[in-house]
Amino acid sequence: MAAKVRWGDSIDFDDEESDQEIEAVDDKSLPPIQVLGPDEKGIKTIIEYSFNDAGQKVKVVKKVRNKREKRSKKVLERRNWAKFGDAKGLGSEQEHRTMVSTEEIWIERRGLQAEKEAAEKKAADPLGQLAQQGNTSLMVCRVCGKKGDHWSAQCPYKDLAANSGDFGAKAPEDGERPGSSSGKPGTYVPPSRREGASAREGSEMGGGRGGRGRDDNSIRVTNLSEDTREEDLQELFRPFGPISRIYVAFDRETKQSRGFAFINFVTREDAQQAIRKLDGYGYDNLILRVEWATPREAKG
Amino acid sequence: MRPLLMKGHERPLTFLRFNRDGDLLFSCAKDHHPTVWYADNGERIGTYNGHNGAVWCCDVTRDSSTLVTGSADATVKLWDVASGRCLYTFDMKVPVKSTEFSVGENLLLITTDPFMGAPSQIHVKRRAKNVEDQEDDTLLTIKGPQGRINRAVWGPLNKTIISAGEDGVVRMWDAETGELLEQREAHEKAISSLALSPDGSHFITASADKSAKLFDTRSLEVLKTYQAEARVNAAAISPLLDHVVLGGGQEAQNVTTTSSRAGKFEAKFFHKIFEEELGGVKGHFGPINALAFCPDGRGFASGGEDGYVRMHHFDPQYFTMKA
Repeated sequence: MAAKVRWGDSIDFDDEESDQEIEAVDDKSLPPIQVLGPDEKGIKTIIEYSFNDAGQKVKVVKKVRNKREKRSKKVLERRNWAKFGDAKGLGSEQEHRTMVSTEEIWIERRGLQAEKEAAEKKAADPLGQLAQQGNTSLMVCRVCGKKGDHWSAQCPYKDLAANSGDFGAKAPEDGERPGSSSGKPGTYVPPSRREGASAREGSEMGGGRGGRGRDDNSIRVTNLSEDTREEDLQELFRPFGPISRIYVAFDRETKQSRGFAFINFVTREDAQQAIRKLDGYGYDNLILRVEWATPREAKG
Repeated sequence: MRPLLMKGHERPLTFLRFNRDGDLLFSCAKDHHPTVWYADNGERIGTYNGHNGAVWCCDVTRDSSTLVTGSADATVKLWDVASGRCLYTFDMKVPVKSTEFSVGENLLLITTDPFMGAPSQIHVKRRAKNVEDQEDDTLLTIKGPQGRINRAVWGPLNKTIISAGEDGVVRMWDAETGELLEQREAHEKAISSLALSPDGSHFITASADKSAKLFDTRSLEVLKTYQAEARVNAAAISPLLDHVVLGGGQEAQNVTTTSSRAGKFEAKFFHKIFEEELGGVKGHFGPINALAFCPDGRGFASGGEDGYVRMHHFDPQYFTMKA
């Protein structure tokens, strides 16, 4: 790829075939329609070729899933009824009586959303209380580096810190990073390397517990039922401790859950506790398997 | 979800009904042509032409062969569902508001409006097995209270008739003798519709007093109350989940004088037991006059003052929706 691809070009490129194939076949002829599958999920892939208005060859990939429905004989018989009354002699195409709504309509859950938000606030509160007890490094001010007193946004020294980087210098002395020296003035220092950032980095590393990254507090839950949602997992795992992330794997095509999820705990102890308690736990008629997620290095 | 918009009527909708298999949807409107649609794709199959007034109500037999419609032109007509042919016409002399087949479909319940000084009435007629033998005679006439009866339905085993009307009172009558068995002054304003649960054990009323209430069919005890923000014109009970849906909105005559947002033309879902509002489905440009759930509970249809029928097929999220 020598030439720069503009965004407009790249879209065309996606729709077309690759260059190689265009050379191989005659310009006028089209390759036959290919039908792949159906695979184990019942998805059939149909690859069709056609010419667009500009005379370019276009490859269209359709993914189709067949669904079988049971209908009674009576219902099938009624399908073939002749039109009568005002509809007599008119097919569905000529009638224009029915259309599918162009806008997507949702069941708007107004009253409930407000409740949910309130519940979320409540859930957030114990986190703050936990931090105030002082036994965790959860609440660390990025501006003045004070632990367990206030969040960065509420820091009383916030305005001062913006004017001079001085308060950053008062941060705990764990800043052994290379960029921390405020050497040459005028050179760009990325935010993560600035002096004031040291406190934040410390908190992100789970309080520097043996240098473990947050990936290490991630657990994998397998053998989940298909209709398990994030909220359900939140409900199930929240009692063990604060959770920083929940990821439920969904199939991109079928939009169905793939039956596993990852949960990141803020602390490793909580994660360990969750594994101990919930491995082999019966949930939705299935026996859950809860284990440490494999670290990324191990995969590659 | 993307609802189907069915524009077959030129006047406000009055009533919607699915057949038992759920593949046909019958709609009645103030124009004179009740219409039948395929429920899954919204295709119009045909119209039943013959009435000369607003059609207020309809019912279809279990085998989807015969349709009965009641109209303000003072007639009740039996139709062949498949061909749109009128099989029989009852001449009621006064406008008809509601009509329903009994369990077993041997009897027909008809309510008529108060007219020229006569009170509203409930009539029971026999429906013959063969249309050729159909006769016009009335088995029972109940002289109703003052004020219109908006809806009457059969109670369990056809032993009772339950009626609700403009006076806000729900009444239970003996279907043999016509005796008033029970009455419940449940609503402060007119009750505009009444719908039975699929098993007939309870029913829901929709009222202009901005509420809907759930009743026990045998005792008429008020079990639940659902509070809405605007008048409720129609209500239906889900056959699948513990949900009820209410439809309504401000009165049609006020629509043009207020902002569109004040209309509240939403179909509102409530949890049947907890009485909590679950959510609303928007779409109509006027108040909702009619609602019906698919017999399998996987969709519902709403008919509005705007003349549209909107057929909604639920997204998968609906079924996992939590209260």
